[in-house]
Amino acid sequence: MIIDWTHFTPWTALIGGVVLGIASAAFILLNGRVLGISGILGGLLAPRRGDINWRVFFLAGLILAPVTLSWLIPGVVAAPRIEASNLAIVAAGLLVGLGTRYGSGCTSGHGVCGLSRLSPRSLVATMAFMASGFVTVYVIRHLI
Amino acid sequence: MTRVSEFVIGLLFGWGLLISGMTDPGKVLGFLDLAGAWDPSLAFVMGGAILIGVAGFAVAKKRTTSFLGSAMHLPTSRDIDRRLIIGSLMFGAGWGLAGFCPGPGLVTMGSGEPKAVLFVAAMIGGMALFEVLDRRERSLSIQPGRGQK
Repeated sequence: MIIDWTHFTPWTALIGGVVLGIASAAFILLNGRVLGISGILGGLLAPRRGDINWRVFFLAGLILAPVTLSWLIPGVVAAPRIEASNLAIVAAGLLVGLGTRYGSGCTSGHGVCGLSRLSPRSLVATMAFMASGFVTVYVIRHLI
Repeated sequence: MTRVSEFVIGLLFGWGLLISGMTDPGKVLGFLDLAGAWDPSLAFVMGGAILIGVAGFAVAKKRTTSFLGSAMHLPTSRDIDRRLIIGSLMFGAGWGLAGFCPGPGLVTMGSGEPKAVLFVAAMIGGMALFEVLDRRERSLSIQPGRGQK
């Protein structure tokens, strides 16, 4: 295994991770909700009375994050590197949407909150999507 | 007050994703590419988040209401079933294909990146497809309790 030292950013990764942890802990402690993005968004597609506004307010904050952070700390938001073609992006979106709803969670709900709750169910889900991600990238970058 | 909290926590989570570098698909794919030049950053992000999360959820589990007085909505399902595993495998494949998972997709859409807008539109399409398939599956199935969270 070769470590990519030029792109490896342990400090910002750790600090960003701590901020994600604070947000996740605050959401369960203040609002009584698990911070899982796919569940929060997906719940809007089968809306139930009294179960809509909290999702909208949370998602509004999430989407306004880049603009607000650029005001606070100019230059901190790096431009994303996106190699995938439009076709691959659409296929990826469909798989992510369908898969996270069937699997009841994504990197935030299972990966961060589930593992923090020490949930065996989330550990299995996290191992499954990580393994699947590793295999997919291996196939795309090294076999095709 | 709960509305303010929801909005601010959404903002904070988005900032965390941006600071950590996880809104950059190149960085996520750098982690998923074990056979290439490997960027371990994502593991540090998860580690930092879980470190704080463990403490938060340990307190949360002991409470019957949140600090703002809302009901606690902690997951109750413990089933490790086919839906969980097949769904997660599908998610991982999509994640590896583009380097976006739901949070970073939404945040990067907020930066005005056209490919992230396309990703989010397709993701919502996938979620809508789930609602259709799940409703049909449940109406065909006589097993009680299927598809519950």
